[in-house]
Amino acid sequence: MSSTATVDHSPGASAEPQINYLNARYGVRSWLLTLDHKRIGLLYLGTITVMFIVGGIAATMMRLNLLEPQGALVEPETYNKLFSTHGIVMVFFFLVPSIPATLGNFLIPLMIGARDVAFPKLNLLSWYVFATGCCLMLYVVATGGVDTGWTFYTPYSSLSSHTDVFLAAMAIFIGGFSSILTGMNFIVTIHKMRAPGMTWFRLPLFIWAMYATSLIFVLATPVIAVTMFLLMLERLLHVGIFDPALGGDPLLFQHMFWFYSHPAVYIMILPSMGVISELITAFSRKKIFGYSFIAFSSLAIAVISFLVWGHHMFVSGQSVYAGLVFSVLSFLVAIPSAVKVFNWTATLYKGSISYEAPMLYALGFIGLFTIGGLTGLFLASLATDVHLNGTYFIVAHFHYIMVGGAVMALMGGLHFWWPKITGRLYPDLWARFAALVIFIGFNLTFFPQFILGYLGMPRRYAMYPAEFQALNVLSSAGASVLAVGYVIPVIYLIWSLRNGPIAGPNPWGAKGLEWTTQSPPLTENFVKTPIVTEDAYNYETAPEPEVARV
Amino acid sequence: MSEAATVHDANPTGFAHQFEDLEQQREAGRLGMWVFLATEVLFFGGMFAAYTVYRSLHPVAFDIGSHLLDVRFGATNTAVLICSSLTMALAIRSAQAGKKKGTIIWWLVLTIILGALFLFLKFRFEWYHDYLEHTIPGVGFHNLPQWGANAPQVQMFMCFYFFMTGLHALHMIVGIGVLAVLTGMAGRGKFTSQYFAPLEISGLYWHFVDIIWIFLFPLLYLAGGRYPH
Amino acid sequence: MSDSTGHAGHAMDEVHEHIVPVSTYVAIFVSLLLLTALTTGMAWVDMGRWNLVVALAIAVCKALLVVLFFMHVKYNKGLSRIALVAALFWLGLLITFTLSDELTRHWEIYPRGWAGAILPMFRHLIF
Repeated sequence: MSSTATVDHSPGASAEPQINYLNARYGVRSWLLTLDHKRIGLLYLGTITVMFIVGGIAATMMRLNLLEPQGALVEPETYNKLFSTHGIVMVFFFLVPSIPATLGNFLIPLMIGARDVAFPKLNLLSWYVFATGCCLMLYVVATGGVDTGWTFYTPYSSLSSHTDVFLAAMAIFIGGFSSILTGMNFIVTIHKMRAPGMTWFRLPLFIWAMYATSLIFVLATPVIAVTMFLLMLERLLHVGIFDPALGGDPLLFQHMFWFYSHPAVYIMILPSMGVISELITAFSRKKIFGYSFIAFSSLAIAVISFLVWGHHMFVSGQSVYAGLVFSVLSFLVAIPSAVKVFNWTATLYKGSISYEAPMLYALGFIGLFTIGGLTGLFLASLATDVHLNGTYFIVAHFHYIMVGGAVMALMGGLHFWWPKITGRLYPDLWARFAALVIFIGFNLTFFPQFILGYLGMPRRYAMYPAEFQALNVLSSAGASVLAVGYVIPVIYLIWSLRNGPIAGPNPWGAKGLEWTTQSPPLTENFVKTPIVTEDAYNYETAPEPEVARV
Repeated sequence: MSEAATVHDANPTGFAHQFEDLEQQREAGRLGMWVFLATEVLFFGGMFAAYTVYRSLHPVAFDIGSHLLDVRFGATNTAVLICSSLTMALAIRSAQAGKKKGTIIWWLVLTIILGALFLFLKFRFEWYHDYLEHTIPGVGFHNLPQWGANAPQVQMFMCFYFFMTGLHALHMIVGIGVLAVLTGMAGRGKFTSQYFAPLEISGLYWHFVDIIWIFLFPLLYLAGGRYPH
Repeated sequence: MSDSTGHAGHAMDEVHEHIVPVSTYVAIFVSLLLLTALTTGMAWVDMGRWNLVVALAIAVCKALLVVLFFMHVKYNKGLSRIALVAALFWLGLLITFTLSDELTRHWEIYPRGWAGAILPMFRHLIF
């Protein structure tokens, strides 16, 4: 009864062949039929890495092509397919599932003190559904790709495009059900599976973020699913509800598309914010500033994210009156986002800060997300949006959020929990070096694009006027630095699997139930269901870090 | 080992290891289904939203289109689905009240028969008739001269009719499949007054599909009114 | 306080389920059939745009009966209601904001006074 959260400081590390979720069973079958949330998280990690590479190859070819004003590499038609592939693969098959399906799957039960998610079979099913969607998308890419852009705007996608829009839409339709199942599972798990004493306001902020993300999964994804379904029907029957010849309104497609796709941006950034909250406190060794503000701002972002989709349609022919309303509401999202940034900064104040690799990513995130968020306000203003819409300014803005925000946080989270996931430490010097390379490469790639866009270079063109070449070359050069930054972690993380120093249960001296069990955890996570008796992030009682602080 | 593990070993059928007890499992299942139904509301909701927009833009054409449908079958099928909801509720109740497995099976089979009757009426007397009358968009749709300038939007209405009822029928087919599995489980004596969560959860789904039809019926069949124009 | 609040759902849903009497189910069933007959019959009465309003009002009543009694929402407090309300609220957002564009798209950019802003809305609301 009186056993506290620190249940399992077992002699694990010394007794060599310790049983854990990785070595409990071997063989391909044990992975493909696993019901363990931790293994399913790793299945997702492998899958999204493959998709990231595919999307990354498309991006590389685009940047190579843009080295010269006339296009250095590909035909304009091919270029259309490249940016469509890049967008579809990166958004639907990498960013949306990135943190929730990997770190979320791995950590939610561990953080709340449960043996597994509420529905393990559904969890495995959702991975299979996702993998099916991925395979279908890869098939589409391999057989010529689509040229509609990731937004699939009708009537081009429904009537004009000669590429395989049907299968691409089906891939997204199928992939969407994976999101829905994951969201359902997380909501029920967080509601019903918390350990005794784990009240809502003792939950780690990552859990709050995942809960808000799951709400969006569950409430937004069905709308993109039905939209893609209607698009598929229209491709199949050559008649349908978006057909202008039947009085169909092309803007209706955009409404339904953005009802999902704007909140989807927050599917990407909310989990990232959750990760950052964990990292900032762990490496400041200080209780987070304004816990309930951060928790509720996650929910606020989830709700407000549904009220702003029209800002993607300011120049599309949407009603000016609707535009006014959407513009005002778009500014509202800035409030909870800023609340988080201020709270993180306040947490750093007088903290005992150390600069391990995860912390470098977290600090990078705060800076880049702030730039991405503030430039979003330019685009939420009706008048400036008329100038900036459809230019590289938009491209730069959302890459600051999605890459500078979401991918940085994924990398930070992966580095933070890597010892928990694998039981091994990675070379910290290399990790810090890679974080720096990614930060520099990222800014070199995307900051010039703000300027390009402001000067009027439109997105989605294979060619551009010669005066834009210098900035484009700079951007492409930055992209190659960024690529190097992504390759280095792949090398040392794989190296660490066999050669890294053995990690103890809590290498960073962090708080949270996941650090109280062995690394890697047991299949059942905890020897005995933990009983929680204190608030989250109580760093006054935190153990000393096992690794030297830097 | 932990207490939970021993509870697990001692428990009746259908208990999953990740839960502390059967009650927690049942609540989790029920919440899961409610969350799933919320996604279904939004899934159908996309179509309802599109319908609302187009009906407000093309009210006359939607009235004309509605008159292509046969109210008799729409109303009959509504009644059939309401009957099936009753039998479903009674199936769950008989498990809950600890009735014999024969009673549960009887109500489940009756529900399946009613669901199948719905689909039979829909496909045989409505869709097949529409096919003969050339009112299926994309499959040789014929405009009638009296529609005049409204003809394209009438076809739009028929798109909504087939997409919405088709999606609904798909849900019915899935539901009948689920009911068949449940009947098998009932036959193996799985359900008791302590454990009937699968019945209860599937019942929620079945009633939800009924509710979708309750809205489809007036929106599609009664749109134009049947009084003389 | 602290140790009792895990598995927070327990306290919210009633543990011992209320068994609904058959008579209640039958009464709901009969009401649903009557409402179906009513809504069908109303289609033959010319009420102009109110036909739609009445038809939808009856449909909402029927749906409520199914949700409250067949789906046991009347007997189960808490999360199922929240899920239901959330779904309807979000559906409302989708429809409202889409219509906010569709119904105001043809408004003049510079309305002449309030009447100029409000009146055109009704032109598009005629069903």
